[in-house]
Amino acid sequence: MKFAVEVENLTKRFGEFVAVDSLNFNVEHGEIFGLLGPNGAGKSTLIRMLTTLVPPTSGTARVNGFDIVREANDVRQSIGVIPQAMTSDLELSANENLTIFAKLYGIPREKRKKVIPQLLEEVNLTQWADKPVKMFSGGMRRRMEIARGLVHEPKIFFLDEPTTGLDPVSRVSVWEMLARLKRERDLTILVTTHYMDEADKLCDRIAIIDGGKMAALDSPLKLKASIPGKNIIEASFSTVPPNWLETMQKLPEAAEVKADGNIFRISTNNGPRTTVELLEAARAANVTVASLSVQSTTLDDVFVHYTGHQLRDNLQAPSAADSPFIMHRS
Amino acid sequence: MHRVWAIIERDLRRFRRSPALMLMSMFMPLVQLVVLGYAFGGKIQNLKVGVVDEDHGVPAIKLHEMFQAVAANAKTFTPFYYSDKAVAEHDLRNGKINGLLDIPPEFSRKVLAGANPRIALVEDNTDQFSSSALEGALTGMMPAYNSPQVQPRVTAGATLAVVEVYPYVPYIQFLLPGVIVLAIFISAMIGGGIIFIDDKARGLHEGYLVTPIRKFELILGFTLAGALKAIIAGVVLISLGSVIAGIPDPLNPLRMMKMFIVVVATALALISMMFLIMVRVSDPLVPRAIFGVLNTVLYFPSGAVYPTGSFPAWMKAIAIVDPFTYSVHAFKQLVLKNTDLMAVSGDLLFLFVFTAIAMTLATVLFRRTL
Repeated sequence: MKFAVEVENLTKRFGEFVAVDSLNFNVEHGEIFGLLGPNGAGKSTLIRMLTTLVPPTSGTARVNGFDIVREANDVRQSIGVIPQAMTSDLELSANENLTIFAKLYGIPREKRKKVIPQLLEEVNLTQWADKPVKMFSGGMRRRMEIARGLVHEPKIFFLDEPTTGLDPVSRVSVWEMLARLKRERDLTILVTTHYMDEADKLCDRIAIIDGGKMAALDSPLKLKASIPGKNIIEASFSTVPPNWLETMQKLPEAAEVKADGNIFRISTNNGPRTTVELLEAARAANVTVASLSVQSTTLDDVFVHYTGHQLRDNLQAPSAADSPFIMHRS
Repeated sequence: MHRVWAIIERDLRRFRRSPALMLMSMFMPLVQLVVLGYAFGGKIQNLKVGVVDEDHGVPAIKLHEMFQAVAANAKTFTPFYYSDKAVAEHDLRNGKINGLLDIPPEFSRKVLAGANPRIALVEDNTDQFSSSALEGALTGMMPAYNSPQVQPRVTAGATLAVVEVYPYVPYIQFLLPGVIVLAIFISAMIGGGIIFIDDKARGLHEGYLVTPIRKFELILGFTLAGALKAIIAGVVLISLGSVIAGIPDPLNPLRMMKMFIVVVATALALISMMFLIMVRVSDPLVPRAIFGVLNTVLYFPSGAVYPTGSFPAWMKAIAIVDPFTYSVHAFKQLVLKNTDLMAVSGDLLFLFVFTAIAMTLATVLFRRTL
């Protein structure tokens, strides 16, 4: 078994709507693999197919070497899943939630007694182990679910938007926890998100999915390097002399210039150099620089480059599980 | 099996944390037992009967005496005397009196001549219960009126002697079996319908479906957990209900044991029926919407509130497949007659077969994917 997850021409249609359109990719053992895309891109449907919740229309996938349709139960035994909806039992305590799931996975009592306190410790919930989950904050609940997904020591961990709806502090703590668990437990993690900054920092590789199709797949660094310009300079000027746009375009290393009134957005292959030249050109033309910022290319820029649009609202893929009660935390 | 237990354990732990909803399932039937039990089925009394005597003869006076006797003892009706027939008719139409007895002018003469004497009862038949009570009281009076002053030693005509096998059964006791089944039904509806679909919609089932639990284990777990809660409701009702309804020796241990077996059979039948109905439902509004309809369609044709003999054919057809019918019948045998289990073995057989069929169908229809 070469890859943790192998996906081959995987397709899911809901009537006329193609939610996932013949995807092909592999996930290496031990990597954090990010699925990035707007709502309705097909990320959740893809995860649901890989976790045996939704049967594919065509194509195949193997998870931990097992076919997701023919060997579904073996797949289930080797994966941990945190669905998008908050699926914890609110009336039960963290301890009870974990115990029930450990029993569902058939873990013997002796092992349960050892594993559960240890997991609760790892997600910093020991103190709250016996409190009902309904008293937990969103971040605590997610951490409890992460612990729950690991009770049977899975090889591969699937998380569908684990940080959506959490405050920034909880988001950071969830990601740090995932990174640590991955190291300590030799996990392969598949995670969907629409937070570009998170994906950038934590994923080893990122697949950009849009309209059910794969738009790009590589490490965050390579993805950013793959688009023109390394930096974005944003400058506004008090006055704009004629031909100023041309002046800007002639700046050394400038790849692309967009003007919006007095504001100019310049993508460049060498930020520092272009910036210096820009300031000199402004002084020579006696133009005052009102504001100036230089930024590195972000995954947002990558996303816009590959999909041709910003992360935007779209219709969700219709699915059998969609109902008024599911909290789509997005 | 340990996975089945995990599902049951989780459900019972939740039940222990927030029992309010399930307690409601016992409260409603108890209220119904008390209110309906006393609202229906009591002896109808204090009807008002207008009497117009156009005869004034001695035989008519004998009638007046008998009316007074009824008013004083059985209290079924009280006579009000009218001198003007038109006024009496007006009062009858306006609902001031429930019936009007007319003693015609020729009555005494016809009695003495033995020439087919008649008195007329004009009744307000918009209220069938009152009018049939009134008819019953007056019809019962007539043989007494007709009997000769001196009884012959041997009666020539045939008479009907009624022997009541059981002590008088008040309506509240007649109602108890239906109310026990109703309590089991409501907890099956809440546990197997509403809570089940809410969990599904909230994504809790999604959490189970990614574990290696098998379809049958999942359904068995849900069924047994739901049945356990319904059994708790049933046990409360057979004991508390028997006390409230005034069943003689209400907590007789042997009868309670027999009733417990019927409670278990009923709970299993109703919860598996509920899962069969809900197996493909995912909208949380559906179980709430069909709750009332299902309750009416199953409860009333079962003979729980009125004997099935009077039903039209389509309703009898419902009664034949309705598990309520068999549970109610079994509880009636045990509550009202304290029979042995053999007398209800047919009912138990139906309930177990029904459970097996419903469970099998539910398992076939259940989808292990979203």
